[in-house]
Amino acid sequence: MTAKHMKTLLLSATLLSSASMAHAEDVTLTVESWRNDDLSIWQDTIIPAFEAKHPGIKVKFTPSAPAEYNAVLNSKLEAGSAGDLITCRPFDASLALYDKGYLASLADLEGIKNFSDVAKSAWITDDGANPFCVPMASVIHGFIYNKAAFESLGIAVPQTEDEFFAALDKIKEDGNYIPMAMGTNDQWEAATMGYQNIGPNYWKGEEGRKALIAGTQKLTDDQWVAPYRTLAKWKDYLGDGFEAQTYPDSQNLFTLGRAAVYPAGSWEISGFNTQADFEMGAFIPPVKAAGDPCYISDHTDIAIGMNAKTSHPDETRTFLNWVASPEFATLYANALPGFFPLSSEPVTLEDPLAQEFISWRQKCEPTIRSTYQILSRGTPNLENETWNASANVIRGTESPEDAAKRLQDGLASWYEPQK
Amino acid sequence: MSTPQTEKHPVRWHIAVFLAPAVIVYTTIMILPLFGTLQLSFFRQIDREAVFVGLDNFRTLLLDPRWSASFWNALGNNMWFFVVHMLVQNPIGILLAAILSSPRLRLAAFYRTAIFIPTILSFVIVGFGWKLILSPIWGVAPSLLDAVGLKVLFAPWLGKEEYALTTLSLISVWQFVGIPMMLIYAALLTIPDEIIEAAECDGITGMSQFWKVKLPLILPSIGIISVLTFVANFNAFDLIYSAQGALAGPNFATDILGTFLYRTFFGFQLQIGDPNMGSTIASIMFLIILAGVCFYLFVIQRRLRRYQF
Repeated sequence: MTAKHMKTLLLSATLLSSASMAHAEDVTLTVESWRNDDLSIWQDTIIPAFEAKHPGIKVKFTPSAPAEYNAVLNSKLEAGSAGDLITCRPFDASLALYDKGYLASLADLEGIKNFSDVAKSAWITDDGANPFCVPMASVIHGFIYNKAAFESLGIAVPQTEDEFFAALDKIKEDGNYIPMAMGTNDQWEAATMGYQNIGPNYWKGEEGRKALIAGTQKLTDDQWVAPYRTLAKWKDYLGDGFEAQTYPDSQNLFTLGRAAVYPAGSWEISGFNTQADFEMGAFIPPVKAAGDPCYISDHTDIAIGMNAKTSHPDETRTFLNWVASPEFATLYANALPGFFPLSSEPVTLEDPLAQEFISWRQKCEPTIRSTYQILSRGTPNLENETWNASANVIRGTESPEDAAKRLQDGLASWYEPQK
Repeated sequence: MSTPQTEKHPVRWHIAVFLAPAVIVYTTIMILPLFGTLQLSFFRQIDREAVFVGLDNFRTLLLDPRWSASFWNALGNNMWFFVVHMLVQNPIGILLAAILSSPRLRLAAFYRTAIFIPTILSFVIVGFGWKLILSPIWGVAPSLLDAVGLKVLFAPWLGKEEYALTTLSLISVWQFVGIPMMLIYAALLTIPDEIIEAAECDGITGMSQFWKVKLPLILPSIGIISVLTFVANFNAFDLIYSAQGALAGPNFATDILGTFLYRTFFGFQLQIGDPNMGSTIASIMFLIILAGVCFYLFVIQRRLRRYQF
């Protein structure tokens, strides 16, 4: 009696759960992601757009918390219960998944041709033969400035380093604004928005970054020390007590209109748009002399790949090809201004500040942060050391040369090509 | 009862039964993890395999120039953290207790509660609260100093290598001064009135009464407080982490063993966690605390004289 009851219950439960899959012939793809902030964007914009074009394929976005994502994903992959589509962290975390055979190679995917080598660099084997994730978005570094402040002081947007420091001098002299909003309390801004922001102009973007990985350049070479010398000059233009100023402090100083320039990453755009009630502009990290070629940090941040054990490889590839298309790029970039599509296809953006940032791709050579690929695999970790060194240099407690030497010694202690 | 006492004692099950919950819980959540940690520190991951390396991890930690620099820096900072607590927190705690136990003080209960409240606050609240108070941009500290014309004395204390650790130690002192105060206060209350009266008859009053009569009687409590402070300080982590982050800036000036352990064990940013080296640090912390407690138990506590009333 009870057993029969149980059976009925189980049966109806099974029926009910399969009923939610709408049509029997539909294939449902599941997306693993850490971007739970983007849940509504996927459900309201991205997935309907895809499903409208591809009847018969349903997509389900199932994000987990960012801090838990790597661990959750790993255990799901080991248990064989992970989704068909895997959102990829940049560099080593995803490379490890590929090496273990959890991510499929996408070398023969049609859409992957839409991406430049720099865009693919975060999700490719060290030999460059097998890309395993389709790049989705990157963040660009530069400086955001308060237009009203610049206009009232009659400052033109600086193109060269001399103009940049002349502008800061003028703001400082005037005294109404803190010239630049940055602190060294949290350390990472000094490296990410300082060193990695202005650095590519010195080490010539990809050329220097690749030479460092190959071991033909050293961190003690002039092109790697010079950005530290420039950073050391920033000290005089930061607010009072910048040593204890945190990242949110800097953001607030700028959006409250108390600071004129903000060394930025493009991810700030949507936050700043809601916080600041003045017009903002952005400029490229200034070059040494007018007319020099410019380089920008266009850092690859998020991508999506295919679970090697998916039971719907064809549909999954269809989705990945769509992610590689301009249509997806436009949808995603406009939903999240500041996260720029990596596709080489042109994309229309509506946000003026985001437009400014992305327009630099036409003028300048893009590169990624120098410490992210390969060079942060060992101990001491080059990226973390760079945070500390950049903060020290800005605070003036370590000379640029000493900092560079310390980083080089640390890197050489474990990285063969640099020995 | 008429039953004669047998030669054999009956098995006294109730002892085991009553001990069981404490033993089981303590073993599973304290002793097993402790041995697990010690065990981890003797292994190393080589090509995704755990390999037994004996004391090699300890050798790396203490002799490798990079690891040992971080380790001695953290240990040195931790010592300073402890010294500040011993020199500031405990004397102030004793002083407050002495004042509170004075029968002439009014509103004693109010002061006692007010001083004890920070102890029950979360570290996160204390860390963020003080960070805001001391913030050079929005903090009340610079404006208060400005109001009395002493703005020149203000510095971004949490951002300067030379002040940051002392500042954080003093914040921690502010938070925990209630504990020595309460323990000493309790000890002072247990001193019988007869002794105080006898002292008065002998003409010992006021300050000399405190030094000659009360202090010797509360010395055992001061000893306990010192050990508690020692253990708490060498296990500290939360306040530094919530105020300065895992990198314990500026330039590792506030890095103590707890934050060093956290960074190593769990990794940080691009640094992947290393449970084996992390356990090695944890084992050393355990040994340091063990040594400190043993020193107290076998050297100090034996020499303390106790008085029975």
